[in-house]
Amino acid sequence: MEHHTHQLNFWQKYFFSTDHKTIGAQYTIVGLMMAAIGGFLAYVFRYNLAFPGENIPLYGSLSAQQYNSFITCHGMIMVFWVAMPILLAGFGNFLIPTMIGTDDMAFPVLNMMSFWIFLLSAIVLVASFFVPGGAFGGGWTMYPPLSANGYLNTEPDFLTAFFSGSSLMLVAVALEFIAMLMGGINFLVTTINKRAKGLTPFKMPLVIWFINLASVIFMFSVGPLVAGAVMLLFDITLGTGFYDPARGGDPILFQHLFWFFGHPEVYVLLLPSLGVLAEIIPVFARKPLFAYRTIIYLALFSAVISVVVWAHHQFIAGIDPRMATFFSIGTIIISIPFAGIFLSFMATLWGGSIRLAVPMMWALGFIALFLIGGLTGLFLGSNAFDIYAHDTYFVVAHFHYTLFPDIFFGFFAAFYYWFPKFTGKNLNETLGKVHFWLTFVFFNCTFFLLFFNGLGGQHRRINDYSAFSNVMQEPYILFEKISTISAILLILTQFIFLYNFFSSLAKGKKADKNLWSANTLEWIADSPPPHGNFKEFPVVYRGPYDYSLPGIEEDFIPQNVPVSEKEKLNRV
Amino acid sequence: MDKNKKELLPINAVPQGRLSMWLLISGELVIFGGLICCYLLYRLRYPIWAEQAAHTSTFFGALNTVVLLSSSFTVVKAHEAALKKQLNKITMWMSLSILGGLLFLINKSIEYTHEIEHGFTFSSPHLQESGNYVGSLFWSFYYTMTGLHGVHVLVGMIIMFVIMMQARKGKNLHRVELAGMYWHMVDLIWIFLFPLLYIAK
Repeated sequence: MEHHTHQLNFWQKYFFSTDHKTIGAQYTIVGLMMAAIGGFLAYVFRYNLAFPGENIPLYGSLSAQQYNSFITCHGMIMVFWVAMPILLAGFGNFLIPTMIGTDDMAFPVLNMMSFWIFLLSAIVLVASFFVPGGAFGGGWTMYPPLSANGYLNTEPDFLTAFFSGSSLMLVAVALEFIAMLMGGINFLVTTINKRAKGLTPFKMPLVIWFINLASVIFMFSVGPLVAGAVMLLFDITLGTGFYDPARGGDPILFQHLFWFFGHPEVYVLLLPSLGVLAEIIPVFARKPLFAYRTIIYLALFSAVISVVVWAHHQFIAGIDPRMATFFSIGTIIISIPFAGIFLSFMATLWGGSIRLAVPMMWALGFIALFLIGGLTGLFLGSNAFDIYAHDTYFVVAHFHYTLFPDIFFGFFAAFYYWFPKFTGKNLNETLGKVHFWLTFVFFNCTFFLLFFNGLGGQHRRINDYSAFSNVMQEPYILFEKISTISAILLILTQFIFLYNFFSSLAKGKKADKNLWSANTLEWIADSPPPHGNFKEFPVVYRGPYDYSLPGIEEDFIPQNVPVSEKEKLNRV
Repeated sequence: MDKNKKELLPINAVPQGRLSMWLLISGELVIFGGLICCYLLYRLRYPIWAEQAAHTSTFFGALNTVVLLSSSFTVVKAHEAALKKQLNKITMWMSLSILGGLLFLINKSIEYTHEIEHGFTFSSPHLQESGNYVGSLFWSFYYTMTGLHGVHVLVGMIIMFVIMMQARKGKNLHRVELAGMYWHMVDLIWIFLFPLLYIAK
């Protein structure tokens, strides 16, 4: 194994590094910074909803225009600049090389470049707040005609149109896609080419399967939206009319292109987190993962179905009702593989000797919350109900019940699980538990009541409800206030995490090499893994989930331990 | 081969560059696929677009197809030369391919000039102003699709130039094949654009 003997200076080590762990940390930290921005935006507009017209502490007064920009950018930031970098790029960079037993990515320089392009995209998006007219405010889905006309400049020249909120957001999204495509190619090539000896595909940990599957789904669904974004950018800046009915175009076309990517994107975000759960649950239940291969086949099935469900976002956009039925059926079918995966997790827990360590608590919290999100998704997937609930707070509550566990519970589970590995320091267990319980409680207080507001007819994306008598009565006003106060507490809770992170990093106790007694290859490396990860490349003899095998004294057998004669007898 | 032995084979048998180039190409094809699907949907909805397509020059389109296909042939010859490590021949065949790309772009710009002179421009006028003429969007698609393809031709030429300069000195000869793969993709996309925009009238 090659050793880098020359000293790297500060910039080479922390900024222009080609080491996959540094790049993973860069993605995660930028993602968390963007999450802070997205969380602050949420605080501002939630405050405005609960206490309309009042001065917002730390911000001031919020105009209707700013309200629109804030909800739009909150959605954009949380999906593309928090979920994507943390779940796909962050997990992928940290986990793929260490879990497949290799030194680094297949293309380290490409990896570094994709991070810098991603950072540029984040800067462009944040910069769009400061152009004349402010950031784009037409909803994170960027539907024309609001996005196409720029609605501030009806007859713009090129530069005014280009430096408007909507086109800067498009440029930022396009840059982000390029970064993630480059990252995805890197992940796939690394996994196909650089696996340790003996690590056949069906011996890989599920999280590696799922990150790669997410990269494939991303790569094959994002193309039409890239084309659609180019067309929209031309509509804004160069006077074409692809989405303008007055010029022979059709705004529904953009909705199709957006959701053809946008719905598979949901699974791009979900799969890496489910993979993390599949790693954590067997370790803390001390049992082999139930139905390993079936989970992979179910995920492959869901990946195929995911590209034929998109129009369930457009039931009231004027699509043919016969087509709506087709997409309803597809949407309900896609819940089957995910129900299967969650049942496999349940079956893994069944009869296990469960250790309620902090990562396990986040994993179980994920399952509990995602159940509510998934079930309400079934309601919305049926077009008859969706026509009633479309664009209400029921939808808002539904996708927060899927995306919040997916992004934050998934991230925190992974964070508490792998932090000791990648830093060599232990986290504070008590603070972790407090962090979990407060987040869990405040999250539910924030979003559960919004289901009732939505069923009561409260529409989303409105900054002032005084004209809506149906929601300007109790209990809906009270629910708004409870939701906002809980949201503020939810944000404040995250300071516990920050304190735990920095104090453990500074003076945490030294972590054991394999503190959770887990099987996968990253636990063989030193904590923290040095540049190059392994002293010598491991050879793999077994699958990742050999816990508590009958007749074996140790309740775990790492992947690099050969299969013994005694074990062979027991297995037959 | 018994199962155990198969499992211990070194897995990294797929050439790294080729694999990533295939992934890049599949990503690119989905982008153009999306664009072509949008075009087809509009084209089927508005048969009147055929009248607009009649204004494109089949002669120039055909000429460009021949030029681009020939340059794909020369890039294959460059790959053959790279396998035999004949450095002079690599330089010759790759320069011919770059020349092909240049000819393609020159043709394209002559064509664009003619079309713009006849008033077929990129922006789509309002229906009222253009006498309820729904075909104006055809030209927006025409310029977007051929323009995006043209950018790929330009990028391909730059890639081939960089790789040719390395291969001349005998460095990174395997990259000649990768440049060729990219160039074939550019060619393939044109094979779809040519009938859609020039022949179907």
